[in-house]
Amino acid sequence: MASSGDERAAAVRVIGGWASHYAIRVYVALKLKGVEYEFLQEVVGNKSELLLKSNPVYKKIPVLLHHGKAIPESMIILQYIDEVWASNGPAILPADPYARAIQRFWAQYTDDKIAPASLVLRGVTNGGKDEAAAQVSNALQHLEEAFVKCSQGKPYFSGENIGFLDLVLGSHLGWLKAAAKIAGVRVLDEAKFPELTAWADRFYTHHAVKDVMPETDRLVEFNAYLIEVLKAKASN
Amino acid sequence: MAEKGVKVFGMWASPMAIRVEWALRLKGVDYEYIDEDLANKSDALLRYNPVTKKVPVLVHDGKPIAESTVIVEYVDEAWKDGYPIMPADPYERAQARFWARFAEDKCNAALYPVFTTTGDTQSEVVREAQRCLKTLETALEGKKFFGGDAVGYLDLVVGWYAHWLPVVEEASGATVVTDEELPLLKAWFDRFLAIDVVRATLPDRDRLLALNKARREQLLAA
Repeated sequence: MASSGDERAAAVRVIGGWASHYAIRVYVALKLKGVEYEFLQEVVGNKSELLLKSNPVYKKIPVLLHHGKAIPESMIILQYIDEVWASNGPAILPADPYARAIQRFWAQYTDDKIAPASLVLRGVTNGGKDEAAAQVSNALQHLEEAFVKCSQGKPYFSGENIGFLDLVLGSHLGWLKAAAKIAGVRVLDEAKFPELTAWADRFYTHHAVKDVMPETDRLVEFNAYLIEVLKAKASN
Repeated sequence: MAEKGVKVFGMWASPMAIRVEWALRLKGVDYEYIDEDLANKSDALLRYNPVTKKVPVLVHDGKPIAESTVIVEYVDEAWKDGYPIMPADPYERAQARFWARFAEDKCNAALYPVFTTTGDTQSEVVREAQRCLKTLETALEGKKFFGGDAVGYLDLVVGWYAHWLPVVEEASGATVVTDEELPLLKAWFDRFLAIDVVRATLPDRDRLLALNKARREQLLAA
């Protein structure tokens, strides 16, 4: 029955990074499910052999390793976690097929609209900062309305507990705050998005989130470093 | 009066809409198909999908769902006692979702330039598209279909290639899927097109070819 701590932790490993909002989704999901895991930190600009072997198609984090089986892509990982550890804690996706579809739709929408715009605001990819800010604002407007419909007066998109859409959108919050600082724009405007602002506070302070959501200043610093690394790679 | 039944808002030449039809037909679900003129979208479509305003949209007992891959998973879950679309095993489900995303994000993006280019540029993008499809093809190794012995989620998501790619190739004067470069994929094309629900729904080839030829001319002239 007894096994060494290492052996048990090695059953679930996450190749990720403290600053990656995609990886943060996975950390929070595993914490919600009470699953212990080994945290593997990738170094920017120097991908590990394990990452290259585990995700040869995209070579990106996060990758979940479960008994050696590699599962990449954060939204796919979340669903895997939900299915494998279905009896642990609350469900990540709701039981009702229609509610699941709504969450999957908005999750895809969030990553389609917010993720690229965030990179522009951070200066990581080229583009117009004003257009990017407008794109985020427009998306948040839709998500504000979606929150009211999905939450039905409860604290999270999923209701009483953090769920799939909370994780997908919530994980962007750290970088959106940083991007706002970097680009000098307002993003999560309380006047415009009162529901999302209140939800964001709840998400940030949730026990499963607060230890893994990086501080804004740390992210701003990391962003500058990331840009340097990318520039150096481009000029080689 | 509560709306009952299943509606699909699509467009006759849309690969995204057809996958929804395939899913419903595999489940034996009756549905009303509404063909949209994308240059003149119906009020109903805009009411059911005000966020992205795109087809396909599935409306089930008055409740709308957009995004074809989301819809296909919904169909599988809503009619869970019917034909199994998603694999049962969580790891296999993750793999099916992974390859579906790869095809949608990478392969489709790699294929589009074949349609919009000519000459040496086209030859270059054809090679790129082949590389992408070769990666996807690895998910077929040792199997009849992506889903195994029977069609599944991934077959439905990439199945449109079987009918559309030969048309795009003809319209563009290029060859992408050949026996030499993509033998597994080519063989799967034939098996997929022989499936009853697929045969029953494919858009008319000549009509599709004419549409693609006209679009390519427009794009090249611009």
